[in-house]
Amino acid sequence: MTLDRGLRWGPGLLAVVILALAPLLFSDFYLSAVITKALWLGIAAVSLIFLAGYAGMVSLGQVALYGVAGFTAANLVMADGGSKVALNPWVATLLGLVAAVAVGLFLGAIASRSYGIYFLMITLAFSVLVYFFFAQVTQLSGFGGVNNVELPSIVGNPLQEPARLFYIALVVSAVVYVALRYIARAPLGLAFQGVRDDPERMRALGHNVPLLRAVAFGLGALIAGLAGILSVWWNTRISPGSISLSQTIDVLVIAVIGGLYRLEGAWVGAGVVSVLENWLRGVDLVGNRFNTVIGTIFLLIVLVSPGGLVGIWGSATRTLQSRTSSRPAGDTAVPPNEGGSHALP
Amino acid sequence: MAAWVAYKATQNVRTFVVVGLNGLTLAGLYFVVASGFTLIFGLMRVVNMAHGSLYMLAGFFAFELQDRLTGGEATSAFGSSEAGVGDWVLPLLGASLAIGVIGLVMQQVFLRWNQGQELRQALITIAISVIIADQALANFGGIAQELAPPSVFPDSVNIHVYALNYPFFRIFVLSAAVAVGLVLWTVIQRTRYGMIVRAGVDDRDMVSALGINIQLVFAGAFFVGAFLAGLGGVLGGTMISVDKGNDTQYLLIALIVVIIGGMGSLGGAALGALALGLVDSFGDVYLPEGYTNYSVLLIFGMLVLVLAVRPLGLFGRPA
Repeated sequence: MTLDRGLRWGPGLLAVVILALAPLLFSDFYLSAVITKALWLGIAAVSLIFLAGYAGMVSLGQVALYGVAGFTAANLVMADGGSKVALNPWVATLLGLVAAVAVGLFLGAIASRSYGIYFLMITLAFSVLVYFFFAQVTQLSGFGGVNNVELPSIVGNPLQEPARLFYIALVVSAVVYVALRYIARAPLGLAFQGVRDDPERMRALGHNVPLLRAVAFGLGALIAGLAGILSVWWNTRISPGSISLSQTIDVLVIAVIGGLYRLEGAWVGAGVVSVLENWLRGVDLVGNRFNTVIGTIFLLIVLVSPGGLVGIWGSATRTLQSRTSSRPAGDTAVPPNEGGSHALP
Repeated sequence: MAAWVAYKATQNVRTFVVVGLNGLTLAGLYFVVASGFTLIFGLMRVVNMAHGSLYMLAGFFAFELQDRLTGGEATSAFGSSEAGVGDWVLPLLGASLAIGVIGLVMQQVFLRWNQGQELRQALITIAISVIIADQALANFGGIAQELAPPSVFPDSVNIHVYALNYPFFRIFVLSAAVAVGLVLWTVIQRTRYGMIVRAGVDDRDMVSALGINIQLVFAGAFFVGAFLAGLGGVLGGTMISVDKGNDTQYLLIALIVVIIGGMGSLGGAALGALALGLVDSFGDVYLPEGYTNYSVLLIFGMLVLVLAVRPLGLFGRPA
């Protein structure tokens, strides 16, 4: 049993301890460029994983939604040395999140009658349209984006005091994770999972399936919006490049590397990609061909283990347990619809 | 919206004709690209997210080929565009066939053994598109290139409407698109191979149980689908240009065309391409002054409207 518990809780506890002490352990540059970035990218990825794993909606629109939050907030505060409205950064942040949720609910309502691969395509089309929208509409952004965005005073200057933004991102990550775990077990989350597994039966049981799916999408939009706000704080700017197709794919890669059906996988995947990115930039082996490396890793993971790294960890620990105990091994692959259940067989 | 276009048309008929022709010719290009996408999806339920990448790659391949064939004459920005017929046709065929083969290899190596796992296949093609985009940037640079059409083609022709002259190559693309559509339609509706494809769309297992080698049909369809992306890439590279962002752009176009028209339907692809081409073209010109950059919203609105009424697209049928 100790091995059991160790394997199950060990990595998480270790991560919590390292993260709490991260500002002491790492240089300012590494803390900001790798760890804080991994935290907000993880939030973006967890919004996708939540939708995919618990509601059965693989959305490629999360980056567009975080763009809506980011661009709304950035346009409402002092930026580029001036602004028509110049609201308090906190008010702007709130309005940014409201905008993301509103757009999310609207898109969710439109796309909620489409399932599976159709849903993926529709959200991808929306995502690229939002990118072109902000690229073309110079009143809101244009290709240069919105620069020198005023941040709430609690963030300070992310370049000089990276620890502040790091702790903010850490707290937001933790809150998002705990909240999603809670929702997954609450009646609403169970209804999402019911819709994921059998929409017809849920309809027969009297649930409004399109509404449930739209609400799930709106919730995903809120989480994606948080990532968008953090990304603006981290960059102090936002541009269409921040929400391009390659960013959409990056978030998808993170989610898949981490495991498309486990919430904690989002931050695992974001951490791996972030560390790898930083490391590869310093290695001359691949030159500037970082994306080729990431694409290849992504391809290998999709081909070898659809459950991602967390899935590999899960099957490895299960194999280990079946060797050490007399219990049957069970299914070593991560079942595609496992979703909320984290209990080992 | 139609009323607004009609109102604007009466104000300046010449502009209306030219903008309309721009939309039609653009629709032709979109149709060539999207028909390959919808063919692959209709038969195999594979969403080829690398379709835009194949389009872009074809443009770059053809440009390189033409560059070699003409010794850089036709492709130089200042050149007087002295390209023989072969200097354009050979790159067209060479690049399209190469893309067809790449698509075939992609299907055989990565997708064939994942049949039925739609999401996994989509993720695989996304991974491939990431690699292609990065390699294209490394090998062909990030500069927009233009292929030179054969110099026997006139620059423009008189279309005998208000004595307007219109670029010849755009009309050529439109005719090519119509030809592609007719050939595809004839093959699918009138030949034995097409009959197998249609049967395969409806019931894969049954076709295979009847002793037809469905894997061969799939391979053929994937080759043709990728070939069409390649054909579109060369036509688009000559009509407009080929650039590093084209993969995103044409993936979006293929997606919108088939979401509007319905996945897997050739007629739907034609209708979707027409709608997108015309909205694209009229939106850029006819939106009120100062708001022309909002034309994306028109496309978005069109998409929302279609999905609200028909979630599977205009000609879509449930799988």
